[in-house]
Amino acid sequence: MKHAKLAAVALAVSLGGLAVSQSALAEVTRGQLMAKTCLACHGSVAGGPDATIPSLVNGYPRQLMIQNMKAFRDGTRAATVMNRHALGYTDEEIALLADYFDTTRR
Amino acid sequence: MSISRRHFLKALGAGGAATALAACAQMPGGEKARGAHVVVVGGGSGGATAAKYLRHFDSDIRVTLVEPNATYHTCYGSNWVLGGLRQMNDIAQTYGNLRDRHGVNVIQDTVTAIDPETNRVTLAGGQVLNYDKLVVAPGISFNWATAAEGTSEATTNQIPHAWKAGPQTEILRRQLEAMPDGGVFVMVAPGNPFRCPPGPYERASMVAHYFKTHKPRSKILILDNKENFSKQGLFLAGWEANYGNMIEWVPSSRGGQVERIDVASKTAISDGGLNRFKADVLNYIPPQRAGEIAHSASLVNDTGWCPVNQVTFQSSIHTDIHVIGDSSIAGAMPKSGHSANSQGKLVAAAIVNALRGRDPIAPSMVNTCYSLVTPDWGISVAAVYQFLDDSIKGVPGSGGVSPADADRNFRRMEANYTRGWYDSITTDIWG
Ligand SMILES: Cc1cc2nc3c(=O)[nH]c(=O)nc-3n(C[C@H](O)[C@H](O)[C@H](O)COP(=O)(O)OP(=O)(O)OC[C@H]3O[C@@H](n4cnc5c(N)ncnc54)[C@H](O)[C@@H]3O)c2cc1C
Repeated sequence: MKHAKLAAVALAVSLGGLAVSQSALAEVTRGQLMAKTCLACHGSVAGGPDATIPSLVNGYPRQLMIQNMKAFRDGTRAATVMNRHALGYTDEEIALLADYFDTTRR
Repeated sequence: MSISRRHFLKALGAGGAATALAACAQMPGGEKARGAHVVVVGGGSGGATAAKYLRHFDSDIRVTLVEPNATYHTCYGSNWVLGGLRQMNDIAQTYGNLRDRHGVNVIQDTVTAIDPETNRVTLAGGQVLNYDKLVVAPGISFNWATAAEGTSEATTNQIPHAWKAGPQTEILRRQLEAMPDGGVFVMVAPGNPFRCPPGPYERASMVAHYFKTHKPRSKILILDNKENFSKQGLFLAGWEANYGNMIEWVPSSRGGQVERIDVASKTAISDGGLNRFKADVLNYIPPQRAGEIAHSASLVNDTGWCPVNQVTFQSSIHTDIHVIGDSSIAGAMPKSGHSANSQGKLVAAAIVNALRGRDPIAPSMVNTCYSLVTPDWGISVAAVYQFLDDSIKGVPGSGGVSPADADRNFRRMEANYTRGWYDSITTDIWG
């Protein structure tokens, strides 16, 4: 099942922009939904009032996201709360998040 | 960690693909481009998120949000108002962005009836709305029937609950301001389940901060209807380090189970009259249940909360209705604004996908409950939630509370993130 969703995201990525502009053919993917949950803390509007938590609104580079999430997860990167969150995601899920944030880069 | 497909499909039940087809069939062909109509009841943490993300995920969907108040005061941050760190207008949210930036039709009114047979809701002003899907997010109501003897809606001016932010927050703040130095603030904390598990203890912390700076001889007594509470070790250690013995916590087995309140003398009485606690300011937080409309629309079970499909938050009772936020029974998720926000996104995705005849997504939700012990001492509890073995659970090995042995710098960083969280989530919901 996860592989099927991965493939769906890969398709969305290859079509470019599909994941961003939602219209008549809208399908919300798992990667997109998971990524939206991050925005509760990581500023849904870039440059918003919150300066302490990095914003993900304008996307994030794929490799950097994967690297950071894995470092939070295995504890090699110190954090207050991100290590507790990162432990909730598999490698596949981290890849889904990274794929989504890569497509929304501006 | 991966979700069993069998369990996942089972959870979808009869309401999954079948309802999606039915919903599509209901829409006349010519109307399809204009899209389905989703009505959202309640513009709080859950409802406002759902309304915004429905539009965000699929701009063809028409969304109407019904909320009686033009200004919503977040409960989060309301304890900071009690502590003197914030003013009421710092925690005020409005609906202009939802209307102007996201194309949500915002109606300032109250839903008085839901007819699940004809898919119609009636508003107090007389208007009737048809819906293809309904999202019900009315928060909590108070269960006065099981509340301490002597209390009722009518006594909340003298002994405020301040568990819905707004005028109640202001009443409690004024009473604290009027209290003489050396007075006693008594809080009666509810049993589980209730809105915001760490909320009473953050409140005690913020009141202690106010007392320490303005009325240092005063005392705080928490009379609890339970034996333990959220982030207990972190709160107790934080209180000791910052407030000495100003705060005393009394569990139910040691006299904390309040049975009766004498409102006139502000006295809480437990153990059949054996213990009497006289307060200068009394904050009685009543037992809770789903919002009123969930009861009148028969969306609740005998727990007083709303049972829902754990993958789509579709009501177990009425198929075209989804219930999210505090009113819903959401497995291991706490009743928090962050949970409601996550559920709002999930339900928006579930509705968009169902209306398009797509499969639902395996849920992934998040919660982080931050609390301020002092303005620069923050603590948190966090989790990632998924659908695992028939229910919503924290992903094993993830989440948990802030470390017990963290230094002052760590606590200060979490206090900054607490404020950052507020700015971010309120922008995510109402921005
Ligand atoms: C003191 C305190 C501190 C808290 N701190 C935090 C915190 O730090 N972090 C956190 O995540 N959570 C916190 N919470 C919890 C959080 O406020 C709630 O869990 C959250 O608001 C629930 O969202 P909801 O959408 O279910 O309900 P609400 O946000 O209460 O929204 C319900 C809305 O529905 C409307 N409504 C009700 N009935 C109708 C009707 N019939 N028709 C139309 N509209 C209707 C109401 O007017 C209201 O606006 C705190 C709570 C308290 C009391």
